[in-house]
Amino acid sequence: MATARLSQRVGAGGGSIIGGRVTLALDPGALRRLASGREIVLVSGTNGKTTTSHLLAAAMRSTGSVAHNASGSNMPDGAVAALAQDRDARFAVIEVDELYLAVVADAVDPAVIVLLNLSRDQLDRGAEVRSVAAALSAALIRRPRMTVVANADDPMVVWAAAPAHRVTWVSVGSGWSSDTMTCPRCGRSLDTTVKRWQCGCGLARPTASWTARDGAVHTTGRRVAVRLRLPGAFNLGNAVMAIAAAAELGVDPHQAAAALAEIEQIAGRYKIIRHGRHEVRLLLAKNPAGWAETIGLLDEAKALLVVVNARDADGRDTSWLWDVGFEDLRSAAVMACGERAADLGLRLSYADIPHTTVEDPLAALDLLPPGKVDIVANYTAFHQLRRRIGRGIG
Amino acid sequence: MLLPDVLGTYSDAGNALILAQRARWRGVRTRVLDITATTVPPASCDIYLLGGGEDGAQVFAADWLARYPALRHAMSTTAVTLAVCAGLQILGQSMSDRTGHTYSGLGLLDFTTIAGRRRAVGEVLSTCTIPGVGQLTGFENHQGISTTGDDLPPLGWVTRGVGNGTADRSGHRGDGACTGRIIGTYLHGPVLARNPALADHILKQATGQPMPPLDLPDQRAVRRTYLPTRHPTSRGTPATDARISSVDVSQHRGVVDSGSDLAGKTIRRAP
Ligand SMILES: [Zn+2]
Repeated sequence: MATARLSQRVGAGGGSIIGGRVTLALDPGALRRLASGREIVLVSGTNGKTTTSHLLAAAMRSTGSVAHNASGSNMPDGAVAALAQDRDARFAVIEVDELYLAVVADAVDPAVIVLLNLSRDQLDRGAEVRSVAAALSAALIRRPRMTVVANADDPMVVWAAAPAHRVTWVSVGSGWSSDTMTCPRCGRSLDTTVKRWQCGCGLARPTASWTARDGAVHTTGRRVAVRLRLPGAFNLGNAVMAIAAAAELGVDPHQAAAALAEIEQIAGRYKIIRHGRHEVRLLLAKNPAGWAETIGLLDEAKALLVVVNARDADGRDTSWLWDVGFEDLRSAAVMACGERAADLGLRLSYADIPHTTVEDPLAALDLLPPGKVDIVANYTAFHQLRRRIGRGIG
Repeated sequence: MLLPDVLGTYSDAGNALILAQRARWRGVRTRVLDITATTVPPASCDIYLLGGGEDGAQVFAADWLARYPALRHAMSTTAVTLAVCAGLQILGQSMSDRTGHTYSGLGLLDFTTIAGRRRAVGEVLSTCTIPGVGQLTGFENHQGISTTGDDLPPLGWVTRGVGNGTADRSGHRGDGACTGRIIGTYLHGPVLARNPALADHILKQATGQPMPPLDLPDQRAVRRTYLPTRHPTSRGTPATDARISSVDVSQHRGVVDSGSDLAGKTIRRAP
């Protein structure tokens, strides 16, 4: 498949993020031709886009055939590969890197864009979060017939999506906020409470028509239970975004929720793998927001292996480790691994977390007593691990 | 920590944690205050920290600081200040954005910044102008081009990367600025995580006490990662070369180690 070849060439494992490249290397005409005549949903944001696009693809499959870049290859070439592979599919669910969303939207004329969140990730790719949001906003205004399904709890998303012609607001109830404590519009410090946020300039949390709460989605007087096999409040939020987006394309929320209940792993994430003497669960967390959600999923009785790389696709700067609340780790044993094991080990030292630093994650695994292990890896580290221990899954 | 809510984009808040821990490990009691935008900043702190942030946040932070003359007075007379990136620019005379609009800084440093054409993104190495601190390593990510006044030394002389982006008369390129009380730099990382000698210099200045050596195995490995090696690389050497270090916090908490390995296991396995 074209995606795999391209990914190998840029050395980013299953994905293909190249520093700062925001123009289409491929012919935009190819993307336009492959997209024409079908209903396309683009899923973007900093965290959760792979999970949400998988959930949405499952929901859409309950009504018709769906093309989907399931490998998480979220550059324009990944979109081309997915559309080319499944030429007859009526729907397409395409995960798109947030830096590329504007160019891909211009090429494929999507029916719906799902905008999950915008926080700091790989700042060294040369874009500030606010500039990314501004470019997105301009792209949304250009498409009057398109609906944006957007996270009402994220001020940066609201600032980007509010000028769009049609917006469906979703409250995902997420906890992470420290990137967006200043107003994206005017730079003032935001007035935030648990449920609402607002700024003196008038930017405020819009009223949501879909809300994730207590294991269910609430919309216009209805309550639809969402029973996920995927863990965490964050994934409930992702599921509600998927259900709201599917509803825009005519899928009943009950039917969508039933389809989501079947899913137990997303491209290798959350899947439990037997590896030698250990039962390993693989999790992906690549920035402070992702970690804020992940720490709550960790099993305190298990050993924890954290794997951090700093390749182009991860961001070369490891500063973000200092915004992760490692102080809250309660795992039975902690191993600091990956190509930036030393940076991580140092961060854990300052957090007073006893740990062992071993670059090679599999060597670290060997040092742990037999039993259950949670592994949390960032982007390229996760893909390396999947190749080494996760063969045949996902 | 001043305005962690506004100037919190580049994880520079880690500098506060590092100073607090390094002080605690030497038996010095510390308290870290997060002074957010809705708080009146106290003028009685020993150390003030300012981090990096995006353009709009920077202008807001400059206005906010200008409202508190007592804080400004403390920074220039009694306290020690570490200011990073946008925080550094704010303490200077002025800064101009990409549209050419100029904003005033606090004027604590003879330091002027204009917007460059390209973003400087990547690893930086410099030789610190503070005696005994040695080489500094960090990650820069900014678009500022800064000029220091003739009497203001930079924090370091750049050997790799951009830093201030300007050279002095003899062609030496500096990063940041350094007075007796104010240390400014473009380096993230956070800068004190990668450069413990700079952290201890700040603590010494703030407490007036010596800071005995403190050895963290991961710290040495981090320095090895980012500083050029003096020896040829030992790639391809057998399994004894690479490293496993164990940190049992109960062992080193409060303990001053005189430079020996904390937990001396050393094994390497080639990936
Ligand atoms: Zn505002």
